[in-house]
Amino acid sequence: MAAIGTRVLSVLLFLSLSNLASSLYEDQVGLMDWHQKYIGKVKHAVFHTQKAGRKRVVVSTEQNVIASLDLRHGDIYWRHVLGADDAIDGIDIALGKYVITLSSGGSILRAWNLPDGQLVWESILKGSNPSKIMLIVPTSFRVDRENLIFAFAGGCLHAVSSIDGEIIWRKDFAAKSLEVQQVIQAPAEETVRVLGYVESSQFHAYEINPRKGDEIKHVNVDFPGGLSADTVLVSDDVLVALDATRSVLLTILFQDGEINFRKTQILSLVDDSHGVVEILPCKLADMFALKTNKFLVLAKVMDGGVVELVEKIKEAAALSDAVSLSESQQAIALARHENQKLHIIIKPVHDWNIDLLKETIKIDNQRGLVHKVFINNYVRTDRSYGFRALIVMEDHSLLLIQQGEIVWCREDGLASVIDVTTSELPVEKDGVSVSKVEQSLFEWLKGHILKLKGTLMLASPEDVAAIQNMRLKSSEKSKMTRDHNGFRKLLIVLTGSGKVFALHTGDGRIVWSLLVQSLRKSEKCDYPTGLRIYPWQVPHHHAMDENPSVLVVGRCGPSDDAPGLLSFIDAYKGEELDSLVPIHSIVQVIPLPFTDSTEQRLHLLVDANQRAHLYPRSPKALTIFRSEISNIYWYSVEADNGIIRGHVSKGSCSHDEDEYCFDPKDLWSVVLPAESEKIVASETHKINEVVHTQAKAIADQDVMYKYISKNLLFLATTAPKGSGEIGSATPEESWLVVYLIDTITGRILHRMTHQGSQAPVHAVFSENWVVYHYFNLRAHRYEMSVVEIYDQSRADNKDVLKLVVGKHNLTSPVSLYSRPEVTAKSQSYFFTHSVKAITVTSTAKGITSKQLLIGTIGDQVLALDKRYLDPRRTVNPTQAEKEEGMIPLTDSLPIIPQSYVTHALKVEGLRGIVTVPAKLESTTLVFTYGVDLFFTRLAPSRTYDSLTEDFSYALLLITIAALIVAIFVTWIWSERKDLQEKWR
Amino acid sequence: MAPIARSLPALSAGFFFLILTVGAAVVSSGPADGFTINGRVRIPGAGAFGLPGKISDAKVTLNGGKRITFLRPDGYFSFHNISAGTHLIEVAAIGYFFSPVRVDVSARNPGKVQAALTENRRVLNELVLEPLREEQYYEIREPFSIMSLVKSPMGLMVGFMLIVVFLMPKLVENMDPEEMRRAQEEMRSQGVPSLSNLLPGAARSN
Repeated sequence: MAAIGTRVLSVLLFLSLSNLASSLYEDQVGLMDWHQKYIGKVKHAVFHTQKAGRKRVVVSTEQNVIASLDLRHGDIYWRHVLGADDAIDGIDIALGKYVITLSSGGSILRAWNLPDGQLVWESILKGSNPSKIMLIVPTSFRVDRENLIFAFAGGCLHAVSSIDGEIIWRKDFAAKSLEVQQVIQAPAEETVRVLGYVESSQFHAYEINPRKGDEIKHVNVDFPGGLSADTVLVSDDVLVALDATRSVLLTILFQDGEINFRKTQILSLVDDSHGVVEILPCKLADMFALKTNKFLVLAKVMDGGVVELVEKIKEAAALSDAVSLSESQQAIALARHENQKLHIIIKPVHDWNIDLLKETIKIDNQRGLVHKVFINNYVRTDRSYGFRALIVMEDHSLLLIQQGEIVWCREDGLASVIDVTTSELPVEKDGVSVSKVEQSLFEWLKGHILKLKGTLMLASPEDVAAIQNMRLKSSEKSKMTRDHNGFRKLLIVLTGSGKVFALHTGDGRIVWSLLVQSLRKSEKCDYPTGLRIYPWQVPHHHAMDENPSVLVVGRCGPSDDAPGLLSFIDAYKGEELDSLVPIHSIVQVIPLPFTDSTEQRLHLLVDANQRAHLYPRSPKALTIFRSEISNIYWYSVEADNGIIRGHVSKGSCSHDEDEYCFDPKDLWSVVLPAESEKIVASETHKINEVVHTQAKAIADQDVMYKYISKNLLFLATTAPKGSGEIGSATPEESWLVVYLIDTITGRILHRMTHQGSQAPVHAVFSENWVVYHYFNLRAHRYEMSVVEIYDQSRADNKDVLKLVVGKHNLTSPVSLYSRPEVTAKSQSYFFTHSVKAITVTSTAKGITSKQLLIGTIGDQVLALDKRYLDPRRTVNPTQAEKEEGMIPLTDSLPIIPQSYVTHALKVEGLRGIVTVPAKLESTTLVFTYGVDLFFTRLAPSRTYDSLTEDFSYALLLITIAALIVAIFVTWIWSERKDLQEKWR
Repeated sequence: MAPIARSLPALSAGFFFLILTVGAAVVSSGPADGFTINGRVRIPGAGAFGLPGKISDAKVTLNGGKRITFLRPDGYFSFHNISAGTHLIEVAAIGYFFSPVRVDVSARNPGKVQAALTENRRVLNELVLEPLREEQYYEIREPFSIMSLVKSPMGLMVGFMLIVVFLMPKLVENMDPEEMRRAQEEMRSQGVPSLSNLLPGAARSN
């Protein structure tokens, strides 16, 4: 009976599960997914703490985000991610209710409502020449003013009404060939001053009527020595500048329509300065800061322009702008590092010997140096001054420090993820105490009874809340050990700040973080940037005791031929094991399918001269590599020249002694005509992709063989005119050509032209198909096309008799040098949205059907079943094709709201989607990054191999109990009947 | 095809229209500075249905992300310094589905604009975009009913068992007593517990 029960159960279970859609119920949000919001590295910050209500700070960041943060907890009140080219040049608060931003090189001025972030007005400033960009919002408390904002950009000064954004007047200084350095609107005065140079040798000062924009006064003075563009305003009428040689300081005083200046030799301030001297752009009242190669020099300007040295700071330090405490008192903050501690010292400007505040904070070593400090003051209950300091660290994190403590901290380095890899967690060890198990068993039961109540709609609101809480806080998903299904992993992300984070897939918390020393600025490496991250050592089997490690590849500078750098990081401890800085340039990293005895994967790093360098540099690895050298091929795409080349290793490098270096030999090259084709995209398979079967059963018991080669390259080219933005080319002058190229032989397997189409092209390559997204100019819509390639040489293997007799060629060796008989099928469909990223789900064995994951322009991720992109789709599929699951052909791809993976969330600034297979075949893990992070678990063919999260065990238990009771009842019953029968 | 069927209720909530008006559409300000596209996004009843989308979070994108702008409180937006040609405007707002709009900016007739929805090729004369749908990202939980419980695997199991328990004896009763006895004897000789006497069907399926 029980056996029937389970059998029936399993059958029914399958039936019921197959009815479930892959979409989500609203109360399932947060069960499998997590979403984290970030803003990026803060550039400017403006506090808004005057009024009683909510205290907030408005920030703009290097990721082009403006955000209003809660000053108490660091949460985001509102946030806007501007376009990629819309970098923010300045922010301020006007009228106490509008946030003013100047962006796009000073051409767009916007006002946002401070409480809710609603755009209030937008003005376009037209400038003629590139120039310094300044935003001046007068801090006037007088009501009768017209509330003008002054924005200087493009060589013009604009006066804009802060109420509606109307441009009141505009004055062009570029026409007078004036290089404007500073614009001042002194609160006490009625005029606006514009200071600048003409031809770097004349100093001009204009006084302008702020209401009408007409010139009141104009004076100028010659400086024969020449001036550099480094200037800083010390007060409303004193400017400090450097001369052209950067060895003389000029203090320029402009009072009562006269200009006086005074020269001070820098050597008289700092006697041992070398290298380039810079003036820091900090607004320190009556003081200024100089940066030399050794020191940070603080100097004060006395009466008559005399410069006096205040302090020389040797260690790394950062300065804030001055804040005014009262009419006459101003204070600045200085943050300096000393022995892994951070000192924050706030001093009044008029007397440098007094400390208004001195706080020492122990700061996490992994945060690096202080990059920026912003301070804000408040009056304590005892009428003394209190300060809060907002600190931006080297790792882009944002900290608020108040009363000697870190009030909150935001890990905003995670807004600039560059690359992602994963690592398995350690295996669970023995030693789980029994009492814990019992307790958890009781809780487990209690939980399930609650869930049952939920299912039967008997739960009270408190119960519902408890159920939801229990589901979200399941300790199971955030354990630090490997699980049976492979859902728990470490996501190891490399960020733009040079910090590597390990995130837990269960709840997204940071397990460890490491500021990679070799990715920090050093003498050996000026501008280090991270490029990629790869799994380096994945221990299993015999090397189980070792921790896995990852390889970080970077380079010292923006160009391709800059020296490279490598760093090896322990994936469990988060420690740098080894680093190589600087090494040869790195243009390509090829993980090879071989590992050495310690499970370190062999990697081939190709430099700018196409020489290949083998890592790890061990004799063992070299032996393995030498035995496989004839099978290792690689290719390079020179997008600018339109050339694709195939390479093979010729042997050790001839020019140096390094035995891990191999010279390339060109095998083939494809040269595209530069006047008609420009490379816009190239795509290959994922390295770790698993293909389950080559055969594809189609309708009528027929079989097609997929042409599966790891060495295929998808290449898209457009006409040079069509590589620009949409709208720049007409349909007649643009076309898109796609190629499938075998990278071993350089043979073009398939070539297709889409007339009237243009870039941008996003492509994804998997198994035997490639899907790409482009713009069709004729229809003026986006299109997605699929190309599938099938192997014709195996098409004859359908005959069972031949297979039995052994006359098939299934086991015959495949050589890429023999000409493959392939056929390609293709189909195109319209797709509504612009696309930012596109990828495909990947599972452990490759059995589960695939879904395309499309990052749309709205920063959402759409899951689209691959069956919609099947080139065999027809308008009227036959009965057999319908049974196969073919969808009738439609001209556009459906957008089903329930299949948005990100449901009602947005991954702001979406840049990439990564899929990682779980151990459970049905499931794939999806990590999406941009300014935000989003992680979820997907089952493209539903979870056919496991029970769903909301499976009610309690209902099952009750059913079993009911069945057992029924068994006994019927047993007794039958016994009684038996007895009756016997008496008869 | 189940997901499509499920999205239909959202579509049929047709009283919900989203209207994009490209108002005083194109204003020329000289070819040197390019043209300006002014438009308007109207979301009637936004917020009234407790929808996740807010007008302040909506974004308007020109030509696939080259430029992004935001909506003013009245729903107006503008793109400046636009070259003459054909452009694509997309509106992204959580909770709504907007069709991209093709906008032709003509250099010969400054001030003339042609706009059309790319999804259904409707030309916008008065430049009104409709009807596009509200997007429901979640499945709606069906309210609890006895039928759903009965239909669940457990319910079916219990139901099956009840049938076996109550209907099988009836079937057995209707059998020929002679045959019955023979069958019972057979069973007894095999040493099958008496329970299975009552459940011949179940015994066979075992």
